[in-house]
Amino acid sequence: MSTAERTRGPGVAEAEAVAAGVTDPEMPMLTLLDLGVLREVVVEEHPAGTAGTVVTVALTPTYSGCPAMATMRDDLVRALTEAGFDEVRVQVRLSPPWTSDWITPRGRAALREHRISPPAAVEARPAGPVPLRLGATRRELACPRCGSDGPELTSEYGPTACTALYRCTACGEPFEHVKEI
Amino acid sequence: MNQHTSQHESVYDGLVEDHGDVSGQWAFGTSFEDPLAGVDTTMPEGVDGADLAAYCLGLGDDALVLSHRLSQWCSRAPDLEDDIAIANIALDLLGQARLLLARAAAADPAVVPVLPEGSPAPDEDRLAFFREAGELRCTRLVELEHGDFAHLVVRLLLFSTARLALLHRLAGTRDPVLAAIGAKGATEVTYHRDYAARWVVTLARGTEESRRRLLAALDELAPWHPEQLDTHPVATRLAESGAGVDPAATAEEVEGVLAQVLEEARCPWPEAPRRGGVRGRTGRDGMHTEALGRLLAEMQVVARAHPLGRW
Repeated sequence: MSTAERTRGPGVAEAEAVAAGVTDPEMPMLTLLDLGVLREVVVEEHPAGTAGTVVTVALTPTYSGCPAMATMRDDLVRALTEAGFDEVRVQVRLSPPWTSDWITPRGRAALREHRISPPAAVEARPAGPVPLRLGATRRELACPRCGSDGPELTSEYGPTACTALYRCTACGEPFEHVKEI
Repeated sequence: MNQHTSQHESVYDGLVEDHGDVSGQWAFGTSFEDPLAGVDTTMPEGVDGADLAAYCLGLGDDALVLSHRLSQWCSRAPDLEDDIAIANIALDLLGQARLLLARAAAADPAVVPVLPEGSPAPDEDRLAFFREAGELRCTRLVELEHGDFAHLVVRLLLFSTARLALLHRLAGTRDPVLAAIGAKGATEVTYHRDYAARWVVTLARGTEESRRRLLAALDELAPWHPEQLDTHPVATRLAESGAGVDPAATAEEVEGVLAQVLEEARCPWPEAPRRGGVRGRTGRDGMHTEALGRLLAEMQVVARAHPLGRW
């Protein structure tokens, strides 16, 4: 798994495969691995105080208030328990913070296929104060339906915290764009 | 519909099935889950737990109270896009509040209200729903009653400009938990500030009526702004130990950004003097306006009626 920082233990390949297959509740075309929130899977046999195989999964939330975190945790616990692991622990990892750059190429392709515009690379921010942007955020986007350039921004916030709303000026398609963060 | 639905027979099954340790959910929080699960909350050497808790309560209460104020706008914004934007901003702030209140509870468990035995309420919810107004540490700007949409965007501009300057500096401080909350929150609040700044400029340069309203909101709220940048003994001590940032140290940046927005909006900064404290005490000392009591009465009433509530 490319984004995980560290994996170890027997059965880890299976645990990783199961965890990596769990999907995001709000953008179900993305797995947690493709979204980049799945940071680590560790499998331990009989760690202190336990009788069986314990899987610990580390997640990094996309946004501080992401309401999908509890569902992700429940889905991970369910999937790994059904795969035969005795105990599943889901931990929060706050640092480093999630960035849309962690969405994998496969995840970007899946977004495009479902007519959601994937995020561009996040611009490196110079040290010091965060510069004010008084103009509308400029993004070089193509309509995920017809491919035309120059869609117009309708809102910097969409139905989920991580998306903005656009409308294609050529075909009229309204679509979501996953914001760069 | 989606993978989530197909994993459960119905989207509601997950609410009633026995999940072992995740069953019996506390009724009023966002979910029965520690937002800092697995995060090392050990205090860094030389940092006072009570000070760190008080500091986190201040920043957490700011986010909690403004989040509640913004959520009261749901379905009342001028258009659907802005309604969604405001709700999203409220959600970001609620998330920051959860993390900060949880950090405060871990740094100093004595700050957490005691509930009847058997209450499933997690620490951050005890702090949010079971403290009196005088125990909250938010600045008074965030608690003030609503005005119109101009009032909303001016308050959001003043708040998020000060908060962003603080959060991005916190990213470099010594408590790894607070530093992580700062780094994450800064990326979110950047969007909030820029959203508010664009609306301030739009209203100020829009029609005669929109400009009149914008200037009125600025007149009303500007006197409450300086309190956000006040230094406080807690902030001073934490800054000295490297685990906090003194808001006074951000003043130049904050005023610079606000001046930039107001110049673009062709608005002067109001001349009215700042709002003083009561015998020197302001929001960070638990001295609030009457508006906070009314806000908490609404926000806390159900939780307080059912301290043992489960669903």
